[in-house]
Amino acid sequence: MEEKIQKVPAGESQMPKVAPAKTSESPSKPEKRAFILSSSPHIQAEEDVAKIMRAVVYALLPTAVFGIYFFGWRALVMMLVGIAAAVLTEALLNLVQKKPQTISDGSAVVTGLLLVLTLPPSLPYWMIIVGAFVAIFIGKQLFGGLGYNIFNPALLGRAFLQASFPIPMTTWTMPRTIDAITTATPLGSFKFEKTLTPYLNLFMGNVGGCVGETSALAIIIGGLFLLYKKYADWRIPVSYLTTVAIFGSLFWLINPAKYPDPIFHLFSGGLMLGAFFMATDMVTTPVTPKGSWIFGIGAGIILVIIRLFGGLPEGVMYSILLMNAFTPLINRYTRPKFFGEAKHV
Amino acid sequence: MSLKTFAKGVHPAEFKSLSEDKPIEKMPLPSEVFIPLQQHIGAPCTPVVEKGQMVKTGQVIGKSGGFVSSTIHATITGKIKTIEKFPHPLGINVPMVNIMAEGEEELLPLENLPEKWENASREEILDIILRAGIVGLGGAAFPTQVKLNPPKGKSIDTFIVNGCECEPFLTADHRMMLEQSQELLTGIRIIMKVLNVKRTFIGIEANKMNAVDTLRQATKSFSEITVVPLKVKYPQGAEKMLIDAILNRHVPPGGLPLDVGVVVQNVGTTIAIAQAVTAGKPLIERVVTVTGDAINEPKNVLVRIGTSFQQLLDFCGGLTNNAAKIIMGGPMMGVAQSSLQVPVIKATSGIVCLSDKYTQAKPIYPCIQCGNCVSACPMNLLPTRLARYAEVGNLIMAENLGILNCIECGSCAFVCPAHIPLVQQIRLGKLQINELKRKSKSI
Ligand code: SF4
Ligand code: SF4
Repeated sequence: MEEKIQKVPAGESQMPKVAPAKTSESPSKPEKRAFILSSSPHIQAEEDVAKIMRAVVYALLPTAVFGIYFFGWRALVMMLVGIAAAVLTEALLNLVQKKPQTISDGSAVVTGLLLVLTLPPSLPYWMIIVGAFVAIFIGKQLFGGLGYNIFNPALLGRAFLQASFPIPMTTWTMPRTIDAITTATPLGSFKFEKTLTPYLNLFMGNVGGCVGETSALAIIIGGLFLLYKKYADWRIPVSYLTTVAIFGSLFWLINPAKYPDPIFHLFSGGLMLGAFFMATDMVTTPVTPKGSWIFGIGAGIILVIIRLFGGLPEGVMYSILLMNAFTPLINRYTRPKFFGEAKHV
Repeated sequence: MSLKTFAKGVHPAEFKSLSEDKPIEKMPLPSEVFIPLQQHIGAPCTPVVEKGQMVKTGQVIGKSGGFVSSTIHATITGKIKTIEKFPHPLGINVPMVNIMAEGEEELLPLENLPEKWENASREEILDIILRAGIVGLGGAAFPTQVKLNPPKGKSIDTFIVNGCECEPFLTADHRMMLEQSQELLTGIRIIMKVLNVKRTFIGIEANKMNAVDTLRQATKSFSEITVVPLKVKYPQGAEKMLIDAILNRHVPPGGLPLDVGVVVQNVGTTIAIAQAVTAGKPLIERVVTVTGDAINEPKNVLVRIGTSFQQLLDFCGGLTNNAAKIIMGGPMMGVAQSSLQVPVIKATSGIVCLSDKYTQAKPIYPCIQCGNCVSACPMNLLPTRLARYAEVGNLIMAENLGILNCIECGSCAFVCPAHIPLVQQIRLGKLQINELKRKSKSI
């Protein structure tokens, strides 16, 4: 069988290899050169994993800048600590496991930055390091590295911090204050005190919350950039946000005094960041277009249920992690019909 | 107006401007030719000539039996130096007839031609096509008389001429449509008669609007022939995608165009049929696009089958110093060559010479599940899964996911940001599955 395979056109070389050109027997001057042999296609689009990761970082820049504006230089230091911890963890794990170095693919930078953007602005630095370590080690490398992980690493790191350090993880400071004045997030104040935060503040981000989750404006700018570059599947934010809006409206129409309106749902908490940057993580979301719809709708329903009926004010993280767990299943059941399979003439 | 097309696919850069305005040039006769005895799908031909024998151009040198058969002709006048194995552009050594040019060039036309093809019977025409050694010139090299002779019970209602030429760089079909529109028209009419169909579509990608205009003009008085401009998208020229775009019919998995009542022929093949049936010319030459950024003078060349790549490239000013890869066919589906000694065969639509600029090895990452390949696959497969299952040897899963439907168009690997050699892995998986099937059948 081996032999047969060897004989096949263009399948012959496992990897591009250089074969010496045989001397032509033709009378015209023989060309003695080596040409590269490799399988078709011989041209590729200018796509690259590292390039995609860089684009995600760029897309997060507005969010990071707003975070620093609202929560001060400490937010910047947090980001640097998170990124450094994530990259170092991956580098060290590769060293220990004697695997080829992978940090240049840029995915650890994205994980570190995303993690910090979902953390309260007053969280101690060492906890950030713990979170980044868990995100990379358990969230990614244990599964076999980039591409093999089931859960969004940043969210997994955050879930770990939330479970281990519940108090610091829910201590919020008011934006643009010198001393940390403890405050509540808009979702928290609604859940526990039934007060609504003004929409403009929600949109701009001038509210209590995580470093990079407060400004819907900044997140949408970056998110649209990602969608434009096709580095995120538009179906996910569209289906996720629409589901939250519709499902949230249902309850609001039933009892406006008890449940928040859909606009509040959309612009508060981590929903925007989650919808544009977490739920669109390629590795942990479905590869099929239909699967993307299901992912977004499922996450939307779970989110509203947690927000309205769970013990926690916020549910973005769990809604995405849960749907991550379902992703392999969704992929399996949303296989597109083969060309010609459905439609016979 | 929105142009017709198929779902999914990709948009590679075209690179056609290198040669699209270059009229077809006839290359002077080569000093020697290497003519493979197998140039078509089906049983190889057995030689009917001997070492040392003198042959004339057009003289039959190889014949094959069986239903899927074809004919091989001498392509220059001269003396047979040897018949032995030489490297073939598809990567194998196959028996070839090596003819050295000698004496006055003389063409032996096909015999027993009808006075007027309009009065010839279907069988007569099919016989001429077989004797002329015509095979699909688009790259598949399937014997044409077989394709034009659908089994009983399949009713064919439409003939489609494939003028898409969707592979980047290639312009041979484009030039033929511009320069040989009358012959193309004759070929279409002959095929319509053979198939007994009442309508023909000529599908042309909209980057060749001058060809669309030329052919509209040429077919003006034939209401049954329609020229259809198609959206520029790869692989628009794949038979199944072309039929989908024009007729909105979907060839079922594992099926052939004739399962949906269609026969597709490429432009060059259709012209070759006209030349054989009306002028008795066997398939001894073809138009080849020699192009790329590593050839000095990109050209469309009418060249004798069996001419070595070396001689053909020399005719085009030779390779540049930074030439790194020589591809037979287009860059999406073509086959990289290690030697320039290989001959032009009937399936050589082009020779694309790429410099080191296009051959930098890109880093291979693990699959990041981005879904690009899924969004690109015109056959609606999950290339990432197919490649993975093929790689780990899970052939059952690979087959369940439709690996055998893959047409190896390369769209998936083209868009993969992880640069995974998806087509290569899928191709190996297909081979292994087909091998197993053959074995289990023979038990
Ligand atoms: S899986 Fe096959 S048919 Fe689909 S894009 Fe890849 S090569 Fe083309
Ligand atoms: S395009 Fe490449 S990286 Fe993306 S899903 Fe397909 S195989 Fe994986």
